[in-house]
Amino acid sequence: MNRNTIRWTVILLLGAVLLLANALLRGAGSSYVRSVPMEFVNVGSAEAPHWVDVASDEALDYDLEAVPATDRIGWERLNRVTPGEYFAARAKNPEQTEIRFSWAHTLGTWAAALFTLFIMSFLYRDNPFYKIAEAVVVGVSAAYWMVVGFWDVVVPNLLAKVAPDLVRSWAMPGLSGGPDYAYIIPLILGVMLLMRLSPVGAWISRWPLAFIIGSTAGIRLVGFIHADFLSQIRNSIIPLVVAAPDGGGFLFWDSVKNIVLVIGVLCALVYFFFSIEHTGVVGKTAKVGIWFLMVTFGAAFGYTVMGRIALLAIRLEFLFDNWLWLIDPKGERAVATIHAMVHPLMAWVGLG
Amino acid sequence: MIERLKTLDRRWIFLLVFLSVSLPILFEAQFPETPTALARSTFDAIESLPSGSKILLSYDYDPASEGELGPMATAFAYHCAAKGHKLYFMALWPVGSQMIDDTIANVIRADFPQMEYGRDYVNLGFKSGNEGVIKVVVTDFRQLYTTDAFGTDIDDIPMCQGVTSVQDMDLVINVSAGYPGTKEWVQYAVTAYPDQIKLVGGCTGVQAPLLYPYIPDQLPGLLGAIKGAAEYEKLVVDHYHLEDNPKYHEGLRRMGPQLVAHLLMILLIIAGNVVYFAEKRGGGQ
Repeated sequence: MNRNTIRWTVILLLGAVLLLANALLRGAGSSYVRSVPMEFVNVGSAEAPHWVDVASDEALDYDLEAVPATDRIGWERLNRVTPGEYFAARAKNPEQTEIRFSWAHTLGTWAAALFTLFIMSFLYRDNPFYKIAEAVVVGVSAAYWMVVGFWDVVVPNLLAKVAPDLVRSWAMPGLSGGPDYAYIIPLILGVMLLMRLSPVGAWISRWPLAFIIGSTAGIRLVGFIHADFLSQIRNSIIPLVVAAPDGGGFLFWDSVKNIVLVIGVLCALVYFFFSIEHTGVVGKTAKVGIWFLMVTFGAAFGYTVMGRIALLAIRLEFLFDNWLWLIDPKGERAVATIHAMVHPLMAWVGLG
Repeated sequence: MIERLKTLDRRWIFLLVFLSVSLPILFEAQFPETPTALARSTFDAIESLPSGSKILLSYDYDPASEGELGPMATAFAYHCAAKGHKLYFMALWPVGSQMIDDTIANVIRADFPQMEYGRDYVNLGFKSGNEGVIKVVVTDFRQLYTTDAFGTDIDDIPMCQGVTSVQDMDLVINVSAGYPGTKEWVQYAVTAYPDQIKLVGGCTGVQAPLLYPYIPDQLPGLLGAIKGAAEYEKLVVDHYHLEDNPKYHEGLRRMGPQLVAHLLMILLIIAGNVVYFAEKRGGGQ
């Protein structure tokens, strides 16, 4: 092993020991759940069942004692609670089992934290941990989109229209209405699209593809012409001198705003007008247009930076709060945090 | 010094960004926030409606942008619920449905237990079709929404009776992470029915500059990224006295790292320019 490998092995081992100590001594990264028993009884018949929650007001209308065991169903719902709630419940009654430690949620928190670190490790350099996280993201995303595509697109938008009785019986009990056989047309177009995968007749997929491109272009063209082209022209025709609504003089800053807006629009348009050489007055106007465009790009860059910093902040917040228990901004736990430890100093410098 | 800056390993910059974001989080540093006109107009659009108004909340985002949009989605839901409006949740993004579930659990069930599902709020869930969904629901809701997210017939939900299209809503609120999102709501809902549909929204920072041209005629209120969320949160917190409820301070809290990280970015840009001009003066290319 070379020196660099030894150094990183020691750092990683030290980090693992600290993490373990933090988890075992402080409970960091632990998640807790409240067990809520759920029980439903069938007050209808076998042909037309009507399930009623025994905890609901509706249950008071029926004699539930008379319902046989075969018409009862029950399970346990686990609602996530804060560690603070668990500590409070345990302090009140150490034997209680209503709120308890959850292995599934705890492992979920640890997996999320470790995968966050794996992805961030790419900033140092490419490594096997990053590759694992990348592969998992790709695999999970592909599976997720496939499931979403089936349950949120194929079932409600196609099967529920063509065979509503079938879908009502196994997937969407609240579905109403009869079959709409016009949806057989998109079904045929969908099958034609899949012909792309066939070794012969792949050309058939071009027909539905042409339909998709044509209809999408048509819809979007109208939207853009109406909302972006015509409406933006109308929004640019504004008074350069803005009068006060009560008729008492004019509004100086509103007038400046409108003048800058109109000058900006005209100069930027001149910059994109390439039929005339950009010399003389046209050249100078185009240069002003460039300045306006640069300000726009600067604002866009600033907003992008803000967005990316916010994304980093939420991940670090997750690591420090949910996983390491170093901070407790929502007051969910009753353990010492960094903020609590240095709070007097923070207050002294005016940041507390 | 200049030579050192020129050959600085980029990983030092990553470390500085990490520190600039993590230290304010660790020390829970918060700074005062002053709401701007856009945040105020968004707040006023909800506040000025009479109690019991119908609000359509389209949560078109996913966990990837939760850091930016989560705080404003939470604040929107709280504001509407506190004002006594009827909330109709829907999503044009598949995972938007889970974002709605989170908001309902964290805001409505936690702080407004008296609100009843189907009478005060309803989750219509996700519908595929992007802008196609908007085009349909602005004229006929039931063509796409025959059930809510849990499979209940929409006609069996009391608050959905009498709602035929988005034009029946008093306000549309859109939380948008991209396509489809606020732009599509402006294009296919507001522009098509400017007198019937009023829209306010919140969006990611990347989208904000593209949506500014729609202000104020097509989009009277817009919360741009976490800054807009923090300003709006400030208005909600002050108006409804939520000073002691940290759940509604998420945007305000996340502005601490923003400030320090932006100062670092400005310093890095200045340093980059100093290196550039020094090199130019020294006869470099």
